[in-house]
Amino acid sequence: MLRGLWKLTWIEIKIFLREPLGAFGTIGIPVLVFLVLGRVAGGSLAPSSRGASSFIGVGLPVFASVLISVNAVLSLVTIISIYREGGILKRLRATPLRPQTILTAHVIVKLLLTAATLALMVLAGKRYYPVGVHAPLFSFTLALLISTWSILSIGFLIASIVPTARFAQPVGAIVLYPMIALSGLFVPVESLPPALHAVARVVPLTYTVSLLEGIWRGDRWSAHLADLAALSAVFVVCTALSAKVFRWE
Amino acid sequence: MRPVIQVSGVRKTYGRTVAVDEVSFEVNNGEIFGLIGPNGAGKTTTMECVEGLRIPDRGAISVLGLDPFRNVYKLQDRIGVQLQQAQLQKRIKVWEAVDLWASLYKKNTIDGERLLEQLGLTDKRNAWFMTLSGGQKQRLFIALALINDPEVVFLDELTTGLDPQSRRAIWDLVRGIGERGKTVFLTTHLMEEAERLCDRVAIIEHGRIVDIDTPGSLVNRHCPERTVVLSTDDRTAAERFRAIPRVEEVVCSSSQFTIRGRGDDLVTEVIRCLSENRIRVTDFRTILPNLEDVFLKLTGHSIRD
Repeated sequence: MLRGLWKLTWIEIKIFLREPLGAFGTIGIPVLVFLVLGRVAGGSLAPSSRGASSFIGVGLPVFASVLISVNAVLSLVTIISIYREGGILKRLRATPLRPQTILTAHVIVKLLLTAATLALMVLAGKRYYPVGVHAPLFSFTLALLISTWSILSIGFLIASIVPTARFAQPVGAIVLYPMIALSGLFVPVESLPPALHAVARVVPLTYTVSLLEGIWRGDRWSAHLADLAALSAVFVVCTALSAKVFRWE
Repeated sequence: MRPVIQVSGVRKTYGRTVAVDEVSFEVNNGEIFGLIGPNGAGKTTTMECVEGLRIPDRGAISVLGLDPFRNVYKLQDRIGVQLQQAQLQKRIKVWEAVDLWASLYKKNTIDGERLLEQLGLTDKRNAWFMTLSGGQKQRLFIALALINDPEVVFLDELTTGLDPQSRRAIWDLVRGIGERGKTVFLTTHLMEEAERLCDRVAIIEHGRIVDIDTPGSLVNRHCPERTVVLSTDDRTAAERFRAIPRVEEVVCSSSQFTIRGRGDDLVTEVIRCLSENRIRVTDFRTILPNLEDVFLKLTGHSIRD
């Protein structure tokens, strides 16, 4: 079943890096957002204010990490749509490659991309970020990868439904970016109006943010079993749905 | 010997549209078999059912003794496929594609570098797919279809969109595949391509097979008309041409004669008549019907309509 998986994954990584704009947009933007917002907030807010230190210490790193994850998913949606429209998926499927191998290769590429971008952010942060951050990096990376893996299944669902490659990126952005606003990152979910509160409860990013913030602050994994369960449920439901509606051509 | 491909009574619909219906044919070992017909006639649907990429609503297909849909992975190990209008990743390099494909098959594959050399792609081995010309892309797809040394090669509209020169180069390659003893199943809407490459052809129209045979037999069966056009100043010529057996019509305009009749012997008879009566001609050519005419006769319209 895994025949060709590593070779295909390696080729897809090289192809991704050969597209300079795409690589910069996906890797560079979250890192830039992290650094620039960190500078602005660090400079303009009084260092003693609790809001500022909480934002710079927890909110912004988690926000940038969620961006990394969402960008990886958007990149997946775009690539899958382009590959379908160009007949590339169909051509790959007319070989002994198993369909799941083709899709798994893309998931691996996106997870590696997520990890690499996070590493870059941490390195850049060590040098240029206004406050020193002491977060459990290994656990946080794992939490981000689990979150990304779960949201990627939403990406497959979007890629299955969007008819043409032209609309893939905008539709993906319209679906995913508002989720960030409702995820409890800027306004705690509990203080949202009741109607939005209900929406926030079913938005997968809410659980991503809760998990990432918790792990960043040093919570134990056992404190976030509900978040992990919710993310797994998202993965199972979206994967099952896209297995039904996914189109190869 | 058992045919390599057996298709019987295949029907495939998309919603309310019947793409192919009651399609039956066999492809023998080592032959180049062509499915010919206009765009939308059901060629690609038929081929993709045989390749195991689509499942027919009705009918039975066997390829190399396997059910293509149920044994699709087993089958794909033994066949080579070129799809109509397929693309690869824009920025994949030629050698990477060949290397990836070579790694996918269980059995021993052909040496990729030699294959690229045979297809004239050696100096393009480091080029991105998006930078290749149409002809180079098709040659790469042929390379990918041949990499596992397949027993059957499927070529769907191989030369569509290519300039005449690239088309001829591709024809030579396909003949080469046939000469190596492989079975080739191709589709085309170009009658010239079918005539030059195929041992046998099936004509398909509106999802149904109209007739199957060698190109020559199809022409003889459906279009026995032969035409000879010649020029002579001999005043007795018209009379003598009309006396030739099987001549149906002689049209004369100034010194040019158009002689129409039936059967392969017509040309011989005309030449014999010229020599026996010592008629001096300044021009002589024959107009023979081809698959294009067969198609017109069988379907009532030209394949280009």
